[in-house]
Amino acid sequence: MSSIVEGFFGAVGRMALPLRRDVHDAAKIINSAFYWSFISPLKGRPIRFRASISEMVKAGYNSVPIVATISLFVGIILALQAAYQLKRVGALIYVANLVGVSLTRELGPIMTAIIVSGRSGSAFAAEIGSMKAAEEIDALTTMGINPVRYLVVPKLVALMVMVPALTVLADLIGIFGGFLLATTAVGLHPYSYFQQTVNALLIKDVFTGLLKAWAFGIVITLVGAYQGFKVEGGAEEVGRRTTASVVTSIFLVIIVDLFFTSLFYFFT
Amino acid sequence: MENAIEIKGLQTHYGDREILKNITVSIPQGRTTVILGGSGCGKSTLLKHLIGLLRPTKGQIIIKGKDISGLQEDELNEVRKKMGVLFQGAALLNSLTLGENVALPIREHTRLNDSTIGIMVRMKLDQVGLSGFESFCPSQLSGGMKKRAGLARALALDPELLFFDEPSAGLDPVTAAGLDELILKLRNVFRMTIVVVTHELASVFTIADYVIMLDRGEVAFNGTLEELKASDNEKVRMFLERRPEKETYSPDDYFRVIAGD
Repeated sequence: MSSIVEGFFGAVGRMALPLRRDVHDAAKIINSAFYWSFISPLKGRPIRFRASISEMVKAGYNSVPIVATISLFVGIILALQAAYQLKRVGALIYVANLVGVSLTRELGPIMTAIIVSGRSGSAFAAEIGSMKAAEEIDALTTMGINPVRYLVVPKLVALMVMVPALTVLADLIGIFGGFLLATTAVGLHPYSYFQQTVNALLIKDVFTGLLKAWAFGIVITLVGAYQGFKVEGGAEEVGRRTTASVVTSIFLVIIVDLFFTSLFYFFT
Repeated sequence: MENAIEIKGLQTHYGDREILKNITVSIPQGRTTVILGGSGCGKSTLLKHLIGLLRPTKGQIIIKGKDISGLQEDELNEVRKKMGVLFQGAALLNSLTLGENVALPIREHTRLNDSTIGIMVRMKLDQVGLSGFESFCPSQLSGGMKKRAGLARALALDPELLFFDEPSAGLDPVTAAGLDELILKLRNVFRMTIVVVTHELASVFTIADYVIMLDRGEVAFNGTLEELKASDNEKVRMFLERRPEKETYSPDDYFRVIAGD
């Protein structure tokens, strides 16, 4: 009997101990990333501005084509699916409401976040991971340069700016996609579709979407950085950690989305 | 003889495994000290402690009168500005050019303007025989050139202490000898305190003034190069004469090993 109990607690302990270390490592990275982004600039150690701009170009500007294309198609798909149901009740004009509201509140931010996790989150993990494997991180530390400040903070700043910016783009192009379909295939009048969209959208819808996008940017950067810094071995582990960073960041983006959406549902 | 670094009762663990067992040695000022030992004896771990990348479980590492094992990150960075480190793979940042790599510590720790930094970078690259290469990327260089570029970066802030991790690993004998020559020059001309971790006997006899030999996490020998050559310590003799370790298996032991218990 006692051996079963022992075995059970032993198994729980063996699972919990590595988890405790993971939580500790993650907390350390989150803590120093926020310290070097928000506190240390106030103490006269500014963030690296030029590096942040170049990260913005890499993570934001370079993903404009893919974000634009995907959100155009998502807008068209949404309009098609909405028209399929709304046709039955003769309320085709509400396609505009559905496309506008669901894109700005939900699909714009989440599609953008998923694209950015795939493009930039994985790139962050691979970059930091291969630097760790090649002792470059150790070299930075021995030069008295904090690796989190040098590598993570510009990425964090870049994604905090660029994920909302890309979301605005995705919203606009997605709505345009819905507009294209509704005015051609469904036969709605362009002006009434436009008017209906404007009436349906509230500032709140757009704003909550952008707030979510901002949070997603933080999640994606921190997951990528965490997985990168966890690399201990060589190239094989870099690959494994890169994959893990995409999976984890998409998962956490959805969790954060659930949290924010329920918060906004009950409190706005 | 004045000491640059004093290590007192250093003990360290990876998880439950004890890597360094109560190490007490000192490293003399203005000399080249070689830390010698077979693979897995803990010499790289000792180096990581000296440059503040790992914290010991117990013991003190006193550099210029300060125990670095208990310092805060900010205070440790002040000590690090007086140190240069050349890593085994040179550890140049691949996203930057050679010039930017060498300029990195100068940009980070001083407020000099770009033209002054440019002059300093060209000086340091010239010192290691790489003038004219500042716009090259690390991926365009050979192994030996990378090491020399890494050395230029380590020298960027005119350190008092210079650490080398396996400088001749992966280099051909001619390039390795060139690097040894550079180490000698740095000691003779700049009176730097140099610590080299290696297991290459040829370069030990060229560059070492003082030798610390580790064996399974313990100090097997420490003394000058002459004392090393004259030593009759069994471990030292085995190392110097390249004798393999004797098989200590009895047939019964071997049976136990392959049976798996």
